[in-house]
Amino acid sequence: MSTPTHTTHEYHPDSTGSKIAMWLFLFTELLLFGGMFLLYAVYRAKNPADFHYASLNLDTKVGAINTGILLTSSLTMVLAIGMLERRNRKASFWLLVITIAFGVWFLINKYIEWSHKIHHGIYPGSEELIGRTAGENLFYSLYFLMTGLHGIHVIAGLIVLGFMAWMVARPHQRSLPISALSAEARPNAVSVTVEYGVDPKLDEQKLIRLENAGLYWHLVDVIWIFLFPLFYLIS
Amino acid sequence: MSSEKHPPISLGTYLMVWLALLALTALTITAASLHFGRWSVLAAIIIATIKGTLVLMYFMHLRYEDRVFKIMLLLALFTLAVIMLLTFVDVLLR
Repeated sequence: MSTPTHTTHEYHPDSTGSKIAMWLFLFTELLLFGGMFLLYAVYRAKNPADFHYASLNLDTKVGAINTGILLTSSLTMVLAIGMLERRNRKASFWLLVITIAFGVWFLINKYIEWSHKIHHGIYPGSEELIGRTAGENLFYSLYFLMTGLHGIHVIAGLIVLGFMAWMVARPHQRSLPISALSAEARPNAVSVTVEYGVDPKLDEQKLIRLENAGLYWHLVDVIWIFLFPLFYLIS
Repeated sequence: MSSEKHPPISLGTYLMVWLALLALTALTITAASLHFGRWSVLAAIIIATIKGTLVLMYFMHLRYEDRVFKIMLLLALFTLAVIMLLTFVDVLLR
């Protein structure tokens, strides 16, 4: 064996550590949306009749369809993780593609819904709304703010999922110098120089990344689970 | 104790959770159309909480994680609850 050029440590993916970091990030998201839910609750308590009247104008059917879409995309997301766990990269990749398709479908519905409202002159600061009650103005401002911020999160999630699909689809992990391989991988090192080999533990790293991406996608789903009844149903 | 290697969760479990989530969505829409008045708000929030808990526990694997994850989540939710409670006390008793 020639002198190793790298003095790397053995590769130990720390799934608990990276998951804790992901959860900590999710808590900041929770508090961000929590603050808006609080705003909604306070203004609703102060203008119950206006909120009631305004929410009648939102189409429950569109909201319900979008709820179904996001819930189903969460299912395909966990299935993608489950398939990668079972080392079925192909199924995992296609499930991610389906998840992305559902996310895009959600956004298209949202776009149609928003354009419909805007077409009717309902958007923050519009002349139509200025003529209405303060409560209705508050309702629609919160509606556009909260579903808009949620939509931005869906877009961010789609970008992450696109990267994940690319990662899962890549046939082979990058090779590591033999000194960086875990002990059990070393005998399997195959390469022209016999110094490089593919470490199965890198699959673990893919799985951790996919799980964390999944956590984010599910959080976006959880937020929608609360947005849907508050804006479309309670009236 | 270790969260490193829980056995892979069966795909059937995910499917059941998904069906439960869809059923609860149908339930919350039906409940809203019945006009319970004040109670409909409570019903909607309770159903949304059940749905959120299902997603957290099964889809986000919280049920199978170390206790530290659950404690962290409860701490975050507790913080949010305190902020909401104090704000409401301020707004309603002003």
